Amino acid sequence: MACIEARGLRKQFGTTMALDGIDLRVEEGRILGLIGPNGAGKTTALNAILGLLPYQGELQVLGRDPWTQRDQLMRDVSFIADVAVLPRWIKVWQVLDYVAGVHPRFDRAKAESFLSKTAIGPTRKVRDLSKGMVAQLHLALVMAIDARLLVLDEPTLGLDILYRKQFYDSLLNDYFDRSRTIVVTTHQVEEIQHVVTDLMFINRGRVVLSCSMEEIESRFLEVMVHPDHLDAARALKPMHERQVLGASILMFDGVDWQQVAELGDPRNPGIADLFVAVIQAQGAAR
Amino acid sequence: MSSQSNVMPESTLRSHGIAAVAIPAARLMYWSVRRELWENRAIYVAPVAVACVFLFGFSISILHVLVEMHAAPWLDVMQQRELFGQPYEFAEDLIMGTALLVGLFYSVDALYGERRDRSILFWKSAPVSDLITVLSKAAIPIVVLPFLAFAITVLTQWMMLVISSAVLLGSGQNVAILWSRVGIFHRWPMLLFHFLCIHGLWQSPIYAWLLLVSSWARRVPILWAALPPLTIGIVEKVAFNTTYFGSLIGNRFTGGSEGIEVMERGRAMDPMMLFAPLHFLISPGLWIGLAVTAVFLAAAVRLRRDRGPI
Repeated sequence: MACIEARGLRKQFGTTMALDGIDLRVEEGRILGLIGPNGAGKTTALNAILGLLPYQGELQVLGRDPWTQRDQLMRDVSFIADVAVLPRWIKVWQVLDYVAGVHPRFDRAKAESFLSKTAIGPTRKVRDLSKGMVAQLHLALVMAIDARLLVLDEPTLGLDILYRKQFYDSLLNDYFDRSRTIVVTTHQVEEIQHVVTDLMFINRGRVVLSCSMEEIESRFLEVMVHPDHLDAARALKPMHERQVLGASILMFDGVDWQQVAELGDPRNPGIADLFVAVIQAQGAAR
Repeated sequence: MSSQSNVMPESTLRSHGIAAVAIPAARLMYWSVRRELWENRAIYVAPVAVACVFLFGFSISILHVLVEMHAAPWLDVMQQRELFGQPYEFAEDLIMGTALLVGLFYSVDALYGERRDRSILFWKSAPVSDLITVLSKAAIPIVVLPFLAFAITVLTQWMMLVISSAVLLGSGQNVAILWSRVGIFHRWPMLLFHFLCIHGLWQSPIYAWLLLVSSWARRVPILWAALPPLTIGIVEKVAFNTTYFGSLIGNRFTGGSEGIEVMERGRAMDPMMLFAPLHFLISPGLWIGLAVTAVFLAAAVRLRRDRGPI
C-alpha cells in the first residue's frame, strides 16, 4: 500500500485553480520534497493530504480518506504546518501533558529527553520562547510521536541557519527510519537537497516534474560550455541555458555523459537550478 | 482452512495495530476540557475573584449586622429571614451573573480565537475529532461553569456564615438566630438544580449560538452574534409592533417563568418546591431549547472542519 495516493486531485478557490489535477504516489519509507513557487499549490496539496481542506478527485492517505477521517488519520500522521502554530499561551509541561493525553503513539520520555538537550524548561510559556525554540519544541513533540507519515510545510521558515541545520540533522538522525515517510515543502531548496529521496516540482497547480533523486542524477546534466562549442551544445537541445560570469551553462535532460563531456565539464545540477530550468522551460512551452 | 490461516497473521497484526491506537472518547474529552481551562483561566479566576471581593465587602458590612442584630428579636420570622438571607441571595446572584458573563465571552471566542492565532493547525494535528472539540468547548459554559459557580457560591456562603458567626461570638452574642434564619443549607440542593438546569440546560441555546458564530465569523464574532437577533427584534417591532422575539431571548437569559419559579420557590422554601424540578424537566421550553442547541452545535462542528486559520 502506498502511503499517499492521489489521482486527479483538484481544488478551486473562487476562480483560481489551486490544484489542477495532481497525480501523486508516495511509497512508504520515502522522503518527498515538494517544491514550487509561491502560490503553486504546495500548501493546498498538503492541507488536502492532512484533511484540512475538502477537494475533488481521489486521495487516500494510509488507506483513509483524510477529509472525512482526519481524527483517525492523525493517530498515524504528524505535521508541522508552520513554525508558529503552537498556541502562545501554553506552557511546555501542558503541551506535553495534552499530547500524552490525546495521542496514542506519543512517547513522553522521548520528547523530554529531546527537550533536555535544549534550553527549554517545562514551565516556560510558548509566548516567551524564541522562534527557534518554538520550532525545537514542536519538533520534540513530533519526533516523539511514532507516526507513519510526517508532513512538514515550511518547517524552518524564519529560523536562522543554525536552527535549520539542527532541525534537519535531528530529523534524519533521530527520527527517520525506512518505515516512515516524510513529505516536506520549503523555499530553502538547498537545505533539503541531501535529505530527500524524491522530488516533485509543482507550478500553477500542476506537477511539472516528479522523480527520485537517483533518476535526477542520471537524467539531468549541467555543463559550462566553452564558447567555441556553444553551437554544438545547442544542437543537443538543452532544456535551459543561463549565463554566469560571462560563461554559458546549459542544462540537458537525458543526454549521455560522454556526449556532453566533450563540450565542457558536466556535473549534476543543484535542485534550485533544476527547479528554475524546469519552471522556465514550462513557461516557454506554454 | 489453508487460506484462512494464510490471512490470519496479517489481519490480526493490522487490527492489533489499529486497536492499540484508539483512545477512548471520554479521555479525549477530558484532555480537551482541561486544555480549555488552561487557556481560559478566567473561567475560575473571575468567579473566585468576584467572590473574594464580595467577601471583603461583606466582612465590612457585618458591622451593620451587629447593629441590626439588636433589633432582630423584635422582628417577625419573615423579616428576620429577609434580613439574614439577603446578603446570601446577593452572593448567589453576583456569582451567577459573573458565570453568565464569563460563559458568554468564552463562547464567542472559543472557536474564533484558535483560528485567529493559527493554533487550530496544531489542535487539528492531534487525533481529536471536530465533534469532540466542539463538545468540549460547549461543555465549559453548559456543564463546567454551572458546577464551578455552584461550588464557589457554596464556599462563599459558608465563609459568610463563618465570618458572621465569628463576629457575633466575638461580640458575645447568640448565633442561633443567624443559623436558624439564614437557611442556606436547605437551599443548596435547589441552588445546584438552578445552576445546572437554568445556567446549563436552559441557557444552552445562547452558548451554542455564540459557538456557532465563533466558528463561522472571520472577524468581530461578538458583532455577528448580537446583530441578527437585534435585527430580528427591531424588524418585528417595526412590522408588527410586537416583541415576541425579544422576550423569547430575554426568557433564555433569565431562565423563563419555569426557572424563576424554581428559584423563588427554592429561596422561599416553598413546600411545592419539590415538584418544581419535575415541572421544569418536562417543560417543552427546555426541550425545544436543547434541540436548538443540538442544531447549532452540529453546524459548529461542520464549520470547524471547513474553516482554517484566518
